[in-house]
Amino acid sequence: MLAALRCVIARDLRLAARRSSDVLTVVLFFVIVVSLFPLGIGPEPQLLRTVAPGVLWVAALLASMLALGRVFAADHADGTLEQMMLGATPLGLVVAAKVFAHWLISGLPLVLISPVLALQFDVPRELLGVVVLSLALGTPVLSLIGAIGAALTLGLRGAGALLSLLVLPLYVPVLIIGAGAAEAAASGLGGNAQLLLLGALLIFVGAFAPWAAAVALRISVE
Amino acid sequence: MENTLEAIQLHCVRGERALFEGLSFSLKGGELLRIGGPNGSGKTSLLRIACGLIEPNSGEVRWGGENVRRLKEEFWVRLLYIGHANALKDDLTAAENLGVACTLAGIVADGRRIVSALGRLGLGGRENLPARVLSQGQRRRVALARLALGEDAPLWVLDEPFTALDAAAIKDVQELIGGHVSRGGGVIYTTHLEASITAAVSRRIDLAGN
Repeated sequence: MLAALRCVIARDLRLAARRSSDVLTVVLFFVIVVSLFPLGIGPEPQLLRTVAPGVLWVAALLASMLALGRVFAADHADGTLEQMMLGATPLGLVVAAKVFAHWLISGLPLVLISPVLALQFDVPRELLGVVVLSLALGTPVLSLIGAIGAALTLGLRGAGALLSLLVLPLYVPVLIIGAGAAEAAASGLGGNAQLLLLGALLIFVGAFAPWAAAVALRISVE
Repeated sequence: MENTLEAIQLHCVRGERALFEGLSFSLKGGELLRIGGPNGSGKTSLLRIACGLIEPNSGEVRWGGENVRRLKEEFWVRLLYIGHANALKDDLTAAENLGVACTLAGIVADGRRIVSALGRLGLGGRENLPARVLSQGQRRRVALARLALGEDAPLWVLDEPFTALDAAAIKDVQELIGGHVSRGGGVIYTTHLEASITAAVSRRIDLAGN
């Protein structure tokens, strides 16, 4: 069983490495969206410092939306998904492995590049850690929730737009808590409460979302 | 009862049309069952129902007396299903594709066995080519190479295994199927070709279509 999960993760990473443009698109989208804000709202340092966590979070959220459609689409189109459903490993675990690989490909790069982008907004150095940590805990939650939406809209016409409508409202709590962590830290309250909440959310969603997505996938192929 | 697949009063509706009603059959180890019928008569749907991939509108499929939709992985680990789609990734090599397919199906296969399985299907020397550059027939052969590694699965369900294959490959696959049946495995398959597979018990169900 563990061999199957390792195999799925290794396969998805290998596929991403052989088709690196997909990964780069997401990262570049994130960089560009974040960079547009200082251009749009002007170079007032105090204002930029205030909006920085929110901007980073909204951009990360949109960037992870962009990649969501691909979680299951290719496997659905070429029949691999059927093989996963009829495999020896429970589908929920396979989905968890796929979502983890998807986060490594499309979420982790955003987390890693976010401190560099935060410098554009003159975010104080002591807040950088909180911003990065909140994204590191929050982006997997986005991938997990998004996987349920991607599974439900699999094979539908206009799936992209429907997926956004379905998933974005569910992202709201993550956004509020995630962006709130840095704000709380900036105001001297410390962001621990929000970070702990994000961690709890990650554990909860990590335990239940793969199984929900697995059920959704079985409905989608019928 | 063990290693017996039973379909009981299956009823399947696709869109508005009833594809089949009251369809029952059973398949024991060592038996070969061919599903025939014109295009659109529900052959693929029947195979997908037999695998537990989709639920029939009424009726049920049992493996060893237990509904396959309840057995789940317990049944699927005993099943080798090759569908219409080849389940190959263009960016992976033939050997990588076969390795992934085997691991997902719970078949333990090291690199040497994978290379010999590909060789058995006439793909010797092409193991490390990406699937992208393989022809349609070669891609089908990569998918079917799982048969050479799946002798432990008591039930094979094959959807149009001979599509896109040349005469030599068709012969290889027929031998693999015949070998599996003679070892006591059960095989359900669909085909449009007049296949000649030697099997002690060989039956045929023709779906009428309408």
